[in-house]
Amino acid sequence: MTRGQKIEERFFKVLMFLSTFFILAILAIIIYSIFEKGIRSISWEMLTEIPSGGYYYGKGGGILNAILGSLALASGATVIAFFVGLPVALYINVFLIRHKKIVGMVRFLLDLVWGIPSIVYGAFGFTLMIFLGLQTSLLAGTITVALFILPIMIRSIDEIVRTAPIGLQEASYSLGSNKSETAFRILTRQSVSGIITAILLSFGRAIGDAASVLFTAGYTDHLPNGLLEPVATLPLSIFFQLASPVPEVQNRAYASALVLTLIILLVSLFSRGLGKRYHKTKINF
Amino acid sequence: MDDPIIVGIRNLNVTAGKNPILKDINISIPRNKITVIMGPSGCGKTTLLKCMNRLTDLYPELKVTGEVMIDNKNVLEAHEDIYKIRQQMGLLSQRPYPLPMTIYNNIAYAIRLRGVHNRREIHRLVVHYLQQANLWDEIRTRLKEPASRLSIGQQQRLCLARGLAVNPEIILADEPTSALDPISSQAIEQTFLKLKNNYTIILVTHILRQARRIADHVVFMYMGDVIEQGSVREVFENPKMEKTKLYLGGTFN
Repeated sequence: MTRGQKIEERFFKVLMFLSTFFILAILAIIIYSIFEKGIRSISWEMLTEIPSGGYYYGKGGGILNAILGSLALASGATVIAFFVGLPVALYINVFLIRHKKIVGMVRFLLDLVWGIPSIVYGAFGFTLMIFLGLQTSLLAGTITVALFILPIMIRSIDEIVRTAPIGLQEASYSLGSNKSETAFRILTRQSVSGIITAILLSFGRAIGDAASVLFTAGYTDHLPNGLLEPVATLPLSIFFQLASPVPEVQNRAYASALVLTLIILLVSLFSRGLGKRYHKTKINF
Repeated sequence: MDDPIIVGIRNLNVTAGKNPILKDINISIPRNKITVIMGPSGCGKTTLLKCMNRLTDLYPELKVTGEVMIDNKNVLEAHEDIYKIRQQMGLLSQRPYPLPMTIYNNIAYAIRLRGVHNRREIHRLVVHYLQQANLWDEIRTRLKEPASRLSIGQQQRLCLARGLAVNPEIILADEPTSALDPISSQAIEQTFLKLKNNYTIILVTHILRQARRIADHVVFMYMGDVIEQGSVREVFENPKMEKTKLYLGGTFN
């Protein structure tokens, strides 16, 4: 190695170390501040009760409405997006294999809609609601969030399925499988662990987004009795608590953020465990 | 050549864009024999094999014209029945592609596609095909393990068993030993010799010694053309074409 190469190597090594350190530090600060401010206000009452009158001015109650609301809405949206998204991703990779140009265009369009801010989905969802005669409700919120995470779901699954080698498809066809068998029985199995990651990614986006549910799911201090009633969500709950003039309530916002973070953490750990179980049958090419 | 013909290829042309891959191929492949297609890398051997079970469908850049007759049916003109036609041919590729499931299910999947759903019958057949592929004794206690845990040589024999499990008449093998160690390669070759009583084997290889060891019938290809075809004795001991002589002499490969 020449002197120049040595300097170059050292320079990039330091650069990579600094970037990594920087990212990790920011992450640590975020998590620390949420914990530090949130842990003091978190209580059993907060997790198990709905807000009492005057909750936002420091009186008792909790955010159960938002916790359950967010879980229901995000799970519903993720399920819808999965059952629509998986077939689309498989269709792109199996049925459109001879149409490279169309596939390229579909991927480009999906990447484009992936980038649309969630507030635009919120506005679109709102227009759709007026058209369908729906009011702000769990149903309207779920559908809007499902639309919002659909491109994420499709493209993440697509990228995983794409990595399966063509030889695996050849093997499947050579046994006499048709296209849907190749897609659903072979490629899906090969991609299970990646598909679980895609679901997790979509769920995380769904549960963390405020703008798309603002006009569509609405907000309420009560638990909804059905799909057609408004529902509270954690991001909006955090927003309303932060907007309170009372410092104690602001701290509750951090406690709510902590709850949101913990939900995402638990879902990640669970899905990782699930992914590992299926990882064993995956063939590494 | 008086043997009955199982695969008849006539005027087969394959192009990728403007580049010809196969030029006007005409060959006949005898039933229950080992036919070896040999030639240097890039001569179109693999493409020729893929035309037979129409895996060329997966490659949008390939344009295929001509006739590939198998049991009096033109494979290239098949529509929905292509899936059934493919079951007449078991495929063994350059490197093994086991399915992402257990060892047992790799074979059972193929058997179910054949329309067998009785669990006992499936089990009997799984054992039968694993034995035929010389794999049963090594893995009889590991049937529930993922196929990914097998060694490459074992995976390739699993793929052979799976290919046999669709009950084909023909086995298409595309340099099936190129990724294997010598012992596994030998196991595959010996299985082929055992299988040729009941199956027609079409083997693509660029290993001359392998061709000589197991071939009955030889097709020599060069740059997308069939240069010479005939019995192994004719081609190896008395080649007619200059290119064949040069290839056998090791001038190029």
